[in-house]
Amino acid sequence: MTAAMTDDTVPVSGRTIRDEMIAFAIMTVLLLLVPFTGIYPFFVMQALCFALLACAFNLLIGYGGLLSFGHAMFLGTAGYFSAHALKVWGVTPEIGILIGTAGAAGLAVITGVVAIRRQGIYFAMITLALSQLLYFIYLQTPFTHGEDGIQGIPQGYLFGLLNLARPMVLYYVIVAGFLFGFLVIFRAINSPFGEVLKSIRENEQRAISLGYKTDQYKLLAFILSGTLGGFAGALKVFVAQNASLTDVHWTMSGEIVLMTLVGGLGTVFGPVVGAFVIIAMQQYLAGFGQWVTVIQGVIFVVCVLTFRRGIIGEIAHFFRRSL
Amino acid sequence: MQALYAQLLVGLINGSFYALLSLGLAVIFGMLNIINFAHGALYMMGAFCAYFLLNLAGIGYWWALIIAPIAVGIFGMILERTLLQWLSGLDHLYGLLLTFGIALIVQGIFQNYFGSSGLPYAIPDELKGGMNLGFMFLPIYRGWVVVFSLVICLLTWYLIERTRLGAYLRAATENPTLVRAFGINVPRMITLTYGLGVGLAALAGVLSAPINQVRPLMGADLIIVVFAVVVIGGMGSIMGSIITGFALGVIEGLTKYFYPEASNTVVFVLMVLVLLVKPSGLTGRTI
Repeated sequence: MTAAMTDDTVPVSGRTIRDEMIAFAIMTVLLLLVPFTGIYPFFVMQALCFALLACAFNLLIGYGGLLSFGHAMFLGTAGYFSAHALKVWGVTPEIGILIGTAGAAGLAVITGVVAIRRQGIYFAMITLALSQLLYFIYLQTPFTHGEDGIQGIPQGYLFGLLNLARPMVLYYVIVAGFLFGFLVIFRAINSPFGEVLKSIRENEQRAISLGYKTDQYKLLAFILSGTLGGFAGALKVFVAQNASLTDVHWTMSGEIVLMTLVGGLGTVFGPVVGAFVIIAMQQYLAGFGQWVTVIQGVIFVVCVLTFRRGIIGEIAHFFRRSL
Repeated sequence: MQALYAQLLVGLINGSFYALLSLGLAVIFGMLNIINFAHGALYMMGAFCAYFLLNLAGIGYWWALIIAPIAVGIFGMILERTLLQWLSGLDHLYGLLLTFGIALIVQGIFQNYFGSSGLPYAIPDELKGGMNLGFMFLPIYRGWVVVFSLVICLLTWYLIERTRLGAYLRAATENPTLVRAFGINVPRMITLTYGLGVGLAALAGVLSAPINQVRPLMGADLIIVVFAVVVIGGMGSIMGSIITGFALGVIEGLTKYFYPEASNTVVFVLMVLVLLVKPSGLTGRTI
């Protein structure tokens, strides 16, 4: 996504990092205050899981220039792995999260090796096809229970102390998990690794000529993105208490792309805002059936044609800051 | 053995659809630099167009075979003029996102009015029944779909590789600015190319209506398989698209016979293998 995104990129400087730190502090305070505002916490928790997934997706597209159209596979895989471990093996929540995340990480290694062999448009088609392959596998293997999914997952005690069945406790655990994942991505973006990724996005040939093994960087970014996406999926198991085929379907991958596009591709906070906007829209329009799909399509079209910077991107552009 | 031949025939039919759709994708990508995610939705519109013609206007299969591709092709050209043309100069990925949005809109609207279940479309009287070939029973309609698709594919190949119009098209794919300098209206050619690609998709939709029923989501899952076909075959050559399409259909059919559990996934698995062995695709150039 080079042409449209880079023309207004503000160079990374001390001021940029400071702006982002302030925004991060505001976000953290807002999230901590939610339970006292009367906003339905379940909605916020769900949105946070998708926000983390969208941030992981954005790491690839916004900083590596790789559009993954199959990121739901990490959400779904981690979900199934965690759900199975929690329900059938009866493991503790922290082990469940670990198993789910590790499953997604393993998947990211395998799919990454295949997908990074092509760039641009092909990368998108390959990731989409891989996620569809996985969808059919999960449809047929017995442990996922096919169309029914894994339901009634016990929430248990995190670290033996925190009772996740209590909504308040669960809420703060999810917030902590989200902030942890977000900071990992934030750190990666602002590291030398992140700088190399950006250079690959801008001009891969040049990066190669400078001696960078771009394939390794791309693979590492893909694995990091998939692992964090899986972490989001594992957290979501505790919120939704189920794992189903919806989470692996291509429509879910499309929604992740939409969230990031609405919030702002290549912005740090855009995917978070985008996730809240899209999840809120789905909540309020739930009664309208398939019109939600139509509206999502319209948002796609409008965003691509007139609103390519996204919400946060426009704000950042207006204030000439980087967010 | 009967079952094997039957599955081979099913494979050939699916292969015809893969070939027609990936052919359209390749032609469109060549001119517009867009991967048309809406291709599956437009394929579905072709089938619905035939359904409407029959049930609202009493116009039968043979006319639908001509009218539906033209109608959907015109719809596609309107899309190109109103939406897609603004993407020139932007990254390829925006084209994918925009056409994905169009696919969601079209499929969502059809789902609203027709749900997710299939609507029946009868096989035309002339093509009903079957032939006993000795080694297998051949339903005439299915044989017709394979032969007709093959003819259309070869005609498209001839149009692009052997005619003057095709030469303009190929030249404009290579270097649009230079072709414009020769006084050829490239933007109009782009619109017509999109119409042609979309028309091929709609034609495949009409052909599949009597076999697969008419459903709003009939193209949604198909297009993902076609993407895998495109990755395997590459988009560099027209003949490559046709051969890859048919070949993968046949392989899928054989899988249905020998190992049915893998029939949904075999094309994707082949894609992975091809990517590991020959990343640029079997006939493709690297993009």
